[in-house]
Amino acid sequence: MKKFLLFLLTAAMLLAMTACNGDSSTGATATPAAGGQTSAGGSIKIGGTGPLTGGAAIYGQAARNGAQIAVDEINALGGIQFELQYQDDEHDAEKAVNAYNTLKDWGMQISLGSVTSTPCVATSVENNADRIFALTPSASAVAVTEGKNNVFQMCFADPNQGTASAQYINDQKLGTKIAVIYKNDDVYSSGIYETFSSKAAELGLDVVSTTTFTEDSQQDFSVQLADAKNNGADLIFLPMYYTPASLIFQQAKSMDYSPKYFGVDGMDGILTLEGFNAELAEGVMLLTPFNADSTDTRTVNFVAKYNDAFSEVPNQFAADGYDCIYAIYAAVKAGNITSAMSASEMCEILVKQFTTTSFNGLTGDNVTWGANGQVSKSPKGMIIENGAYVGMD
Amino acid sequence: MRKLQKSTRESIFTYAIVIVAFLATQGLMLSGNISSALTGQLVPICAYVVMAVSLNLTVGVLGELSLGHASFMSVGAFSGVTACISLANVIPSDPIRLVVGMVIGAICAGAAGFLIGIPVLRLNGDYLAIVTLAFGEIIKNLITCLSVGVDSRGLHFSFLTSSSMLNLEEGGTVIINGPMGIAGIPKLSTFTAGFILVVVTLFIVMNLVKSRAGRAIMALRDNRIAAESVGIPVTKYKLMAFVTSAALAGAAGALYAMNFSTIVATKFNFSTSILILVYVVLGGLGNIWGTVIAATVLTILPEMLRGFNDYRMLLYAIVLIIVMLATNNSRLKLIPAWLKKTLGSKTGKESISNE
Amino acid sequence: MSFLSHLISGISLGSIYAIIALGYTMVYGIAKMLNFAHGDVIMVGAYACFFMVSRYEIPAVVGVLSAVVICTLLGIIIERLAYKPLRSATSLAVLITAIGISYFLQNAAQLLWTSNPKVFNSLMGDGSVKLFDGRLSISVTAIVTIVVCVIIMLALTWFTGRTKMGKAMRACSEDKGAAQLMGINVNFTISMTFAIGSALAAIAGVLLCSAYPILTPTTGSMPGIKAFTAAVFGGIGSIPGALLGGVLLGIIEIFGKAYISTQLSDAIVFVVLIVVLLVKPTGLLGKQVQEKV
Repeated sequence: MKKFLLFLLTAAMLLAMTACNGDSSTGATATPAAGGQTSAGGSIKIGGTGPLTGGAAIYGQAARNGAQIAVDEINALGGIQFELQYQDDEHDAEKAVNAYNTLKDWGMQISLGSVTSTPCVATSVENNADRIFALTPSASAVAVTEGKNNVFQMCFADPNQGTASAQYINDQKLGTKIAVIYKNDDVYSSGIYETFSSKAAELGLDVVSTTTFTEDSQQDFSVQLADAKNNGADLIFLPMYYTPASLIFQQAKSMDYSPKYFGVDGMDGILTLEGFNAELAEGVMLLTPFNADSTDTRTVNFVAKYNDAFSEVPNQFAADGYDCIYAIYAAVKAGNITSAMSASEMCEILVKQFTTTSFNGLTGDNVTWGANGQVSKSPKGMIIENGAYVGMD
Repeated sequence: MRKLQKSTRESIFTYAIVIVAFLATQGLMLSGNISSALTGQLVPICAYVVMAVSLNLTVGVLGELSLGHASFMSVGAFSGVTACISLANVIPSDPIRLVVGMVIGAICAGAAGFLIGIPVLRLNGDYLAIVTLAFGEIIKNLITCLSVGVDSRGLHFSFLTSSSMLNLEEGGTVIINGPMGIAGIPKLSTFTAGFILVVVTLFIVMNLVKSRAGRAIMALRDNRIAAESVGIPVTKYKLMAFVTSAALAGAAGALYAMNFSTIVATKFNFSTSILILVYVVLGGLGNIWGTVIAATVLTILPEMLRGFNDYRMLLYAIVLIIVMLATNNSRLKLIPAWLKKTLGSKTGKESISNE
Repeated sequence: MSFLSHLISGISLGSIYAIIALGYTMVYGIAKMLNFAHGDVIMVGAYACFFMVSRYEIPAVVGVLSAVVICTLLGIIIERLAYKPLRSATSLAVLITAIGISYFLQNAAQLLWTSNPKVFNSLMGDGSVKLFDGRLSISVTAIVTIVVCVIIMLALTWFTGRTKMGKAMRACSEDKGAAQLMGINVNFTISMTFAIGSALAAIAGVLLCSAYPILTPTTGSMPGIKAFTAAVFGGIGSIPGALLGGVLLGIIEIFGKAYISTQLSDAIVFVVLIVVLLVKPTGLLGKQVQEKV
């Protein structure tokens, strides 16, 4: 038996080795040195990593699909041609670096970073070292852009969301006693919570209850809701994605507790949840840059195309992916970038373009970027009324 | 070669595999014939090989199922990186700092292994397995709630509060930031360091197995009561194997963490423990060189399947099932005999009597 | 009053764990294998029921029954293809194969039904029973879950204790070789165990998603691990133990969150588990096995 096993494993190893070499020989000719890639086909190679399998797959797939629609639209115009490749990172830093390296072997010239925060912290370091420009659709942690001058974000950074939410609640006098429920083992959720709580303290907001949950215990929220209810909270701040939030709404209703809810951009998508009873989300407020029900032509066009191609209503990740491609497209045009340039040449031009010009997209008008890579755009305050988003201002 | 003992031949063979693989890879790197995808995986492969070999000590040699090996990796990773970052000014040399980090990681993980080992090793079989699983979950949860910072006065710890409660001086840095883990880890790990750690691990494990202590440990695995009755102290030897295994996992954790710029506690969860267990079972219980190869192949395999896009992990699962069936199926041991058997008699009775 | 309401939440959560744990313990008790794919069979059951009831608007009872049939078939197929060839292999090899099956089911589900979460509307409605002037409420789903759980436990106890098939199962669990010599078809008996375990998984899936109505391809994995813990807690292999372990685990989890810390709730559950196992090394109701030399 052991002989057979030995044979099998050695064979597999040899196969792996030769296959790797096969990859590398083609890769090596195209990559004399990191950052020196050129593309012969005339199209600019854009690569990104994101969770395409596993528990976080919904985010990665949405960003990829959104970006793909934009690439198809741009290619159909003639002129500058893009080639997009997304690699699976399973929402894991190690796999993300592997995925990034695979893209580098493929000849990636411009990067879309990673979709989720932790993987993007890992890949953005590589982006910076290799001088490949990165614009991440949705990795919102501060550590993604910190100390890297060629990594930019399309979404709000977490601290901005936390601060903006506290400010908004204070300015609009949305609640007197506030409860917070956040996901303790999640970079996104706890990142927003931290800045929210310090801003809330500064503004003198009365936070009466702070409770958490984790990936392993995101089903029962009775204790968290009871705590908020017993402390008399009339507003619950929910810095989390919409999946656990939908459970919170349902469980609060079953205990006859009806506070106001305030969410962040992760809440976007709740109305498209298949089978969700929209009445539960009635009156939920959220700060989000994207609204699939918006009536402006670009959004309508995007939602229709997305629906045709993937039979789903696009969420914020898809819109971010779409905007990323268009932002890059605008910068590529303005900077006269051609596919013959190396990644590092493109990187310098793109950095200059991104820090000096503004961009209009699905997720905001007059979007600008600071030298630190963080985006500046105005979040839209939305409230859900009769199963649809309505602007609050 | 004939005159050498079987075990000695096996060790030479194991070292040879590792050294040849290292030299071959180095050669490829020097000549530039290696893809970035493979280069990027070299350090993780070394870390997983060390993890798998050390787990084989617990599962294969000691015979106790552990479902929480990743937690020792986690302890080693977080303590090792904390040490490396806080010693940045004291030890300027990167390789020495990496070694110090790995040693501290190993000591902390070994201590964790000792603490959990004393009460737990009294249990048997699946009950021990579930306690190691529980331990892994506890470690993950605790590290998620931990913040650590460093300033000129030394290290500051805070638990269950945010990192802003660390009371750091001006210029102090937050190292572990609660749920956000560590970001901005200096990339100290190199393939050579990984290779050295693998060789050290092989040396420790193979010598332990061949020593008097190793024979005692295997006696405990094969028949605990008989071993106890001839005077082998059960707790001592069980602990020896368990703590060694944990310490090596800790060193691997430090190596792994310092290859990526960020780590979070949730990475070292049940799935990671299971992944390493898969390497061990596929490589063969107690079979060190098999484990080395299995860990290497199975780390590369999902990357090789990237061409299949969304079907990648589905194929990985299928390959895993087929390999398990092919290597463990008594009926496939000899295919002609199997054919005869299926044509001739009912196989059900056969497989029962094989037990 | 808040104590009582926490207790009720704990029992509701625990009854979900218990019903999954019953499937685990059943398979473990007889086939002596940790079936880590159990949680994913639950997920398949929930999806089956979701599509029947929500998409094709088939009556709920028929939906549940067809989910049971689908899961039973799935369980039999998995057992036939993946576990049966390994009957004589080490238990670890079977464990890894089960993990492979678990990966397979999760990824297949993602490819078939996408990773978009689906809201599973409770088959029992979202009504609740109010006590003490509405200060205490128990959802109908929770009551149904607890009742179903007790019925299944009693049925399984009766089945393994009184019927011929059940006795054959217990004989296999004691000593396969001896059972074979007494004329029991061991292979068939073990296959039957898997079929029953998978049928239970379908019911557990429907109840899990009725109580916590979010359905994704990874829905089953964490409750699966928790239920495994519950089964060990109560004494793996013991049918009343699974119920007791599940309910206690739920109560500990809720009380840990309510009275100690929500941040540490996972750790608290597992610390209690370790302490219990150190005092009673084979779980609360587990059999103390006599060691033989």
